[in-house]
Amino acid sequence: MRVRRLAAWTALPLAVTLGLAACGSGGGSGGASDPDAAVRIEIAEPQHLVPTNTNETSGSQVLSALFSPLVDYDEANKPHEVAAEKVTSSDNKVWTIKLKPGYTFHNGEKVTADNYVDAWNYGAYAPNGQNSSYFFEKIAGYDDLQGETPKAKTLSGLKKVDDLTFTVTLTEPYVDFKTMLGYTAFYPLPKAAFSAPGVLADGYEQAPIGQGPFKMKGNWQHDAKVEVEKYDAFPGQQPKVGGVEFRIYQQPTAAYADVLSDNLDVIKTIPTENLSTAATDLGDRFQQSPASSLQVLAFPTFQKEFAKPEVRKAISMAIDRDEITKSIFKDSQQPARSFVSPVVAGYRENTIGTAGSFDPAKAKAMYEAAGGPKKIELSYNGDGGHKDWIDATCNQLKTNLGVDCVGTAEPKFADLLTKLKQKQSVGLFRMGWVMDYPSMENYLGPLYSTNGSSNYYGYSNPEFDKLLAEGARAATEDEAVKKYQAAEDLLAQDMPVIPLRYGQNNFGHSTKVKNVHVDLFDRVDLLKIERA
Amino acid sequence: MLRFILRRLLQMVLAFFGTTLIVYALMFAGQGDPIQALAGERPVTAAQRAYLTEKYHLDATGIGGFFYRYFNYLGGLLRGDLGQSLTGRQIGDILAAAWPVTVKLALIAMAVTILVGVTAGVIAGIRRAGVFDHATLVLTLLVLGIPTIVLAPLAQYFLGVRWPIFPPTAGAQPSLWALLLPGIVLGSLSLATALRLTRTSVSENLRADYVRTARAKGLVRRRIVGVHVLRNSLIPVVTFLGVELGNLMSGAIITEGVFNIPGVGFNLFRGIRTEDGPLVVGIVSVLVVVYLLSNLVVDVLYAVLDPRIRYE
Repeated sequence: MRVRRLAAWTALPLAVTLGLAACGSGGGSGGASDPDAAVRIEIAEPQHLVPTNTNETSGSQVLSALFSPLVDYDEANKPHEVAAEKVTSSDNKVWTIKLKPGYTFHNGEKVTADNYVDAWNYGAYAPNGQNSSYFFEKIAGYDDLQGETPKAKTLSGLKKVDDLTFTVTLTEPYVDFKTMLGYTAFYPLPKAAFSAPGVLADGYEQAPIGQGPFKMKGNWQHDAKVEVEKYDAFPGQQPKVGGVEFRIYQQPTAAYADVLSDNLDVIKTIPTENLSTAATDLGDRFQQSPASSLQVLAFPTFQKEFAKPEVRKAISMAIDRDEITKSIFKDSQQPARSFVSPVVAGYRENTIGTAGSFDPAKAKAMYEAAGGPKKIELSYNGDGGHKDWIDATCNQLKTNLGVDCVGTAEPKFADLLTKLKQKQSVGLFRMGWVMDYPSMENYLGPLYSTNGSSNYYGYSNPEFDKLLAEGARAATEDEAVKKYQAAEDLLAQDMPVIPLRYGQNNFGHSTKVKNVHVDLFDRVDLLKIERA
Repeated sequence: MLRFILRRLLQMVLAFFGTTLIVYALMFAGQGDPIQALAGERPVTAAQRAYLTEKYHLDATGIGGFFYRYFNYLGGLLRGDLGQSLTGRQIGDILAAAWPVTVKLALIAMAVTILVGVTAGVIAGIRRAGVFDHATLVLTLLVLGIPTIVLAPLAQYFLGVRWPIFPPTAGAQPSLWALLLPGIVLGSLSLATALRLTRTSVSENLRADYVRTARAKGLVRRRIVGVHVLRNSLIPVVTFLGVELGNLMSGAIITEGVFNIPGVGFNLFRGIRTEDGPLVVGIVSVLVVVYLLSNLVVDVLYAVLDPRIRYE
């Protein structure tokens, strides 16, 4: 009797397990050879799916399926019109945007100029707390929308002309404005997205309605997946697949295992630990393409020991970039010797000149002549996998400059930034930059101008600021590039940071898809991908 | 028995407030700049910072601020509102989605532990110093020596990718088959411990006086082992398993990550990584309840297995 009761206890969890499992099954992998079936692409859990609130790659990958941008970039990374018929300006200050007719939102609403004006006003209005709000700061009236109780609710620079035309007035002429329009923040929102003027409807983010080639299939299933299917009424270029399942992964290693066994079609970033075997694992399904990121070592130029450009140049000269790129990164990144990435117009090779050539003897002589510090600290964030290359760099500085060098890990990049804001001594520190839109200005302005949003070096050069402003106000893009290049030359003289490596997309796909392209924004090109 | 359970329940309430206070204090003290952490390596605009600071009372700092935020949180908790994570999602919703799959995983791990661990432990205990005993000892030593962070990817690679017996990842709505491998990996550590515990306990009890008496009385071996020995040997095992159930719920962080199962551990890991204080505290509070409940069940089982423990 007693024994039986005991047996019941042991059997209970098992029975419950089987019961639960029976309820939960049915989500297994489907058939293999349906041409209209969805392709499965790996993403991380998006933070948000509202265009003006999305500034990370997973969210913008999903939005790129649901929305069609005003402009997109061609092979040379120059902007060309997509949802816009024409983006024109005579003075680079007042821009006229004419929309292509025939676009509709997935709920049937016609796309009009109002949809853009409403969406951008919503994004710029500070109390809405949108992540990409700063993208609208060049538009006239932006300042009135800031603060806790802003003076205005709408941007004075946005004016509807007719149903398919609106004008954008900037506070200052800005030559790259058309290029900017390719960014996620500039998508339109349908009337259905708002519950009242300027108030986003509660459920919108769970199933965003866009005007792009794909529409939502059900809701965003948090931590699991976002599914989209072809939107037949889309007037632009139709995709070659019936739909996309964006599958959410917490760890890239799990996604990699799934690609190896054809359970997932595209992994956008192969985890570092698998890079050395990826070529043998995947064969020609392992691919590389240029990315926009730039890794640098930055100087706190406000500290006395790093104030002299000669010290900074000597350190740069003592680092063997090629060796580190090859041995630590297995050529998954490329050595960098300029302040802008090769993916933007106006890039020139090797702008830092001799400071970029590895020359230990000269570096040491220069370093000692300039009186560089005997001890160098390299700070980095410990959560980003930077330890290996920081240690390698330290070893090179020890050998080549005869200094004492230590790598100091901060738990997170945010902690490092907090210390820098308080002007605490951290030694040299690593920085990375990913562009928002392909323009030289995006690599220079935020990082090195005196009031730049990411200028953590305390670098300030009035001449540089002036050239940058002149570039932005230039009449043509070519003239602007000339000014930007002159500004970059100033950076090369001053060396507030040491450019080290350009990033590269290292991606892989299963045997079930072909024509996989990953763009500069770490997004799979959904119009090109096909089922094999 | 009822008074015994009632007393334990009252102790639970105290323990709950104590633990949440500690967890909240730790998260509060360890928080760097959660807003920056959320934005990653990008700069945070002033407007964005002001918005989040106000929404999460992040400007309330120091001792006063701590208690302000803690009581604010407790108030919400008592109303059944776990609050919002820093990304704006309801933590209640996150947990409601994460919980079922973690429970399933933990139950599979538990079932594996009980079926394999306890059974093998009993056999090893009866045939002490035999081939089976030695083999299991070596095997468990091996399993205990390999941390999950190594075992899980290895199992995934060999049993999921190289010889595709199991699917390499399970996903959000996994079948029983897909959950089996992660379940075995998760349960392997407790399996080894349960096996060794049962073995020792059984082999000790086999030499006890009452077993000799039973044998002398001429009882069949099956009855001696099945009723007398097993019942007494299971007390430490049940204690261990009860506590382990709580462990399995929270300890799935690595396993859930490797096999891409968006359960509780998966969300806890993300919360810690992004310094999402509200999310971490919310999950831990619920885990505290799970621990307390599983401890209660252990105590009650104890009292059932051995009436002497029902101290009153």
